[in-house]
Amino acid sequence: MAKKKKDDIVFAPRGIGDANDGVVQKGVDLPAATKKKHKSLGLSDDDVKAMYEQMYLQRRFEERAMQQYQKGKFGGFLHLYIGQEAISTGTVFAFDDEDDIITGYRDHGWGLCRGVTSNEGMAELFGKATGCSKGKGGSMHFAKSENHFWGGYGIVGGHIPIGAGFAFANKYKGTGKISATFFGDGAVDQGSLHESMNLAQLWKLPVLFVVENNGYSMGTAAKRHTVAEIVDRAKGYGMKSAVINGMDVFSVYEKMKEIADDVRKNSEPYFVEIRTYRYRGHSMSDPQKYRTKEELEEYQKIDPILRLKDYIHSNKLMTEEDFTEVEERVEQEVLDAVEFADNSPFPEESDMYDDMFAEENPYFHT
Amino acid sequence: MAELQFREAIKHAIDEEMGRDENVFIMGEEVAEYNGAYKVTEGLLDKYGFRRVIDTPISELGFAGLGVGAAMHGLRPIVEFMTFNFAVLAADQIINHATKVKYMTGGQADCPIVFRGPNASAGQLGATHSVAYDSMYAQFPGLKVIYVSEPDDAKGLMKSAIRDDNPVLFMESEQMYGLKGEVSEEEDYIIPIGKGKIKREGSDVTIIAHGKMYHVAVQAAAQLAKDGVEAEIIDPRTVKPLDLPLIIESIKKTNRCVVVDEAHPFAGFAAEIGYLIQREAFDYLDAPVLRVTLPDVNAPFSKKLFDTWFPSPKQVIDAVKQVTYRN
Repeated sequence: MAKKKKDDIVFAPRGIGDANDGVVQKGVDLPAATKKKHKSLGLSDDDVKAMYEQMYLQRRFEERAMQQYQKGKFGGFLHLYIGQEAISTGTVFAFDDEDDIITGYRDHGWGLCRGVTSNEGMAELFGKATGCSKGKGGSMHFAKSENHFWGGYGIVGGHIPIGAGFAFANKYKGTGKISATFFGDGAVDQGSLHESMNLAQLWKLPVLFVVENNGYSMGTAAKRHTVAEIVDRAKGYGMKSAVINGMDVFSVYEKMKEIADDVRKNSEPYFVEIRTYRYRGHSMSDPQKYRTKEELEEYQKIDPILRLKDYIHSNKLMTEEDFTEVEERVEQEVLDAVEFADNSPFPEESDMYDDMFAEENPYFHT
Repeated sequence: MAELQFREAIKHAIDEEMGRDENVFIMGEEVAEYNGAYKVTEGLLDKYGFRRVIDTPISELGFAGLGVGAAMHGLRPIVEFMTFNFAVLAADQIINHATKVKYMTGGQADCPIVFRGPNASAGQLGATHSVAYDSMYAQFPGLKVIYVSEPDDAKGLMKSAIRDDNPVLFMESEQMYGLKGEVSEEEDYIIPIGKGKIKREGSDVTIIAHGKMYHVAVQAAAQLAKDGVEAEIIDPRTVKPLDLPLIIESIKKTNRCVVVDEAHPFAGFAAEIGYLIQREAFDYLDAPVLRVTLPDVNAPFSKKLFDTWFPSPKQVIDAVKQVTYRN
């Protein structure tokens, strides 16, 4: 290797500083969305309305949560899902209710989709005893295990083998259920994914490994943290794979339904890259210096909620009054949740020792 | 009583529990077709088949995490590590997930899983195969840590570990697998987790030693007896929960204590026991509590250096002489 001046040596590919040629750099390239109408996807008019309401709820829940965070109503991390709502919604509509879902820390949307109520979710953010996880988990640890939503997890990639473990248990017990483990593009670089993919393909586990590629691993663009196309990781494991447009709920629904059917039928894993975009920072303390305003605007033009609203309009599934009714109802639900969270009690000090062990009177070292 | 090897005692426990509960399964490197790297699982594949006795790739993080998920989903995995030295690669699953999932979901999931395998050194295996991890894991809330010394303890405590509804670390030793001992033939023989045992009675000094160090303590006590010193040896068997009352009761009788621990000295089991004794039995002590541990040095390979590094009966004898003011 020719000698280089030390100042010219580069390791991580450089970021935004290089993008000064007037071209808007994009976090992800979206594949084409489905052209099918809802009926031909097997969705009823009511399903489409329910999808809209669910996505709108996730959006308003988080916008209100952000306000409450900024008002100092609660602390800790707050990672917002805003922009990615089509993924949780399309997936949950595509899956059976008994199928298992586990995800990373950007988990509010997933919780709301799988039965964490607005009250339980907001109270969890506030650290209240009435929260879905009794105030012990907070933003990153929403869960509703009775609805087969096993939670959000805070170690990037740490939950991926756990999702494979659900699939193992489903196969062991012969339940016919599948599981899916969702994670961000940042987790693609973790060894836990690769160990899990190898195990899952080797053992023919009915599991989906799903990357929600929003273009950024915290503040590092995908092209700066990982090589080649993410979806191509599957090839190395002989695993089936797909890329999905995550800004279109119908595309997510269509593909995830096909994939879920395939995984269930063949008891074999699938690797899925769903391309999307998060509109907010990684967390609340993110000045977002790593991307341009123009880039963000490009994706806001194709907002998944507005897109569905346009579809509903142009197919005359809802009137303006219907939209107003839904949006006001959701708005009230979220405001009520803020009030509920605010008025709920904090856990008792003695609650601190609960939920550590399965038994009634466990040993605590002092 | 039946005489069994340490490895047989563990296998009998696993076999009985697999026979008793279909949700119990075992996975790990070489556990099935190879019959176990140390033959602990010998014959289990033939008896229980490929669904319940499963060979894994060398992916400690992957299969430990898979076990955590299976446990959350109602199964009772036994995850074998070829050694706890390799389990460091799975520490995220043990420390961050198995022990925390119940708590951070407000009790919505249990994690009844046993992580087991040999702990600590086994002769001249070099620096990375020789670390005792029981103290380190005992640091973390939510884990039960067992490191046994004899076949009987292994059988009774392994059965308890498998039935426990929490994550349990069960530690063994390559060097003890061939050790023979009397094992209770009582049907469904269970030793509760958290109960230590006085394994040698004596009135002059209390020696606390578990795992492989128990056998070092036994050798030291035999020599000390020839010199007229009767040591009481307590094997806590379970590092956490710790049977502190048993220890304190003995200190009140002997007034002196030496802790023999296979970990390095800083913030280890011996340090913790020393603290607890001064807190609970300060007025009963006739001498400072002393400890014999590994030095604050990595395991060397060379036999001469290794023998210097590894805690010896002589070090225990010297410590006992010091606390009994005999030197």
